Amino acid sequence: MAYALEKSDAAQLGPSEAVASDPALISAVDVDVFYGEKQALKGISLDVPEHRVTSLIGPSGCGKTTFLRCLNRMNDLIDVCRVEGEIKIAGQNIYAPEVDVVSLRAQVGMVFQKPNPFPKSIFENVAYGPRIHGLASKKSDLQGTVEASLKRAGLWEEVSDRLDHPATALSGGQQQRLCIARAIAVEPKVILMDEPCSALDPIATAHIEELIDELRQKFTIIIVTHSMQQAARVSQHTAFFHMGVLVEHGKTEQIFTTPNDERTESYITGRIG
Amino acid sequence: MKSDHIVRSFDEDLQQIENLVSRMGGMVELQIDNSAISLVQRDVELAKAVRADDRKIDNLESEIDIAVVRVLALRQPAAQDLRAVVAVLKIAASLERIGDLAKNIAKRSTVLGEFRDIGASANIVKRMCGLVQEMLKDALDAHVTRNINLADDVRMRDVEVDQMHNSLFRELLTYMMEDPRAITPCMHLLFIAKNVERMGDHVTGIAEQIHYVVSGSLPEEERPKSDVTSLTAISSGEAAAGGGQAE
Repeated sequence: MAYALEKSDAAQLGPSEAVASDPALISAVDVDVFYGEKQALKGISLDVPEHRVTSLIGPSGCGKTTFLRCLNRMNDLIDVCRVEGEIKIAGQNIYAPEVDVVSLRAQVGMVFQKPNPFPKSIFENVAYGPRIHGLASKKSDLQGTVEASLKRAGLWEEVSDRLDHPATALSGGQQQRLCIARAIAVEPKVILMDEPCSALDPIATAHIEELIDELRQKFTIIIVTHSMQQAARVSQHTAFFHMGVLVEHGKTEQIFTTPNDERTESYITGRIG
Repeated sequence: MKSDHIVRSFDEDLQQIENLVSRMGGMVELQIDNSAISLVQRDVELAKAVRADDRKIDNLESEIDIAVVRVLALRQPAAQDLRAVVAVLKIAASLERIGDLAKNIAKRSTVLGEFRDIGASANIVKRMCGLVQEMLKDALDAHVTRNINLADDVRMRDVEVDQMHNSLFRELLTYMMEDPRAITPCMHLLFIAKNVERMGDHVTGIAEQIHYVVSGSLPEEERPKSDVTSLTAISSGEAAAGGGQAE
């Protein structure tokens, strides 16, 4: 990858140094985010390696979701929000004026805390994206894409005989996997997940976590989670945010066994709120 | 130990485990001391007590194992907390082994009680036991106070135990060559000395675990080792010249 870091660059970036060995797909440099006067993110420099799961952890209000939303320009939807700095995905500056935000969001899919299927059939939920992005010209292509996406999301076995049923009739865990199928149907490079399991029971959570591990073979995944155990289970890299600052970023096992920063240590051992 | 978890009962759980280790360590220290006394003073009753008390140490190890598994299951400790509980498992296992070695010394002391005075050699063993006991005491203090410098210091002191073992080994070989009737007591004393040397190694292992708890990594510096008994041979000529007094 063009964004593999030279050693000297890694040293300058500080928190990302520990993960410089994995080639980065997403590279954020000195990102500041303001909501009006209030600065929500301060000088975030973070490299997200390709085909890895990166967890963003930190207390509520630390800026992890704000950072996640920068990566597919969801913050554009908030009038008072201002993003400074540079974010490149596969070498492309996503805040460059020529960037088409709609196609960016197809490249960078998102799964939210609460499953939010369209009030349509299971089939239509998955078919919607490929259809509007013109990824399937024939009906048979579309059927193939829907089937492949549902299979990849581990949902096909459970819904193949009722694709015309309303998506909202599925269980919470199934709905969340449907949302993941919907996101991957348009062949994104990156999937952003904002606490995707917080509304799910442990079994449904285990299904999603298993799915995340499979999906990383093909996609790059960034997950915001409040569950430290989930971050430890699913991710290879972990970034700890605190009060709008990226405190530490490293291999997950290093963060959870020997964090470098006192604030990370306090947070993951349950010593600060 | 650094405390002040938001959930205070977590602190209590960790403290309970640390207390168990301190208690177990104290008992093992006493076992080392008593086994050495039983040897030097040919105190068969004390030796019997040491053998009986080993069960208490074994029980404490089981208690620690259960407490650690419980904390791992219920609290999912991370970072320093995780290192602390994992280290405790290993420290408890080392203490249990030291306890076994002390028990074995007591067993052999019972046999040695039936032989003529074994004098000076037994006193050297007692001094070795004293060194190991001091090392263990400091290691346990270092554990409670998270004092990495003290732990590293303990790790370096094992070399003294090794050197005493070397010299005793030569001495006992010489005695055996000089007088075959001495073979039985000398063999028992050799095993006893080896036990003490092994105790020193276990204490060193405990000190390394404390280094790991505090710093997050095992000590990198090579520790001095000086046990050369595996390579030692004494010729009959040397024995006649009083090889036992060498070094």
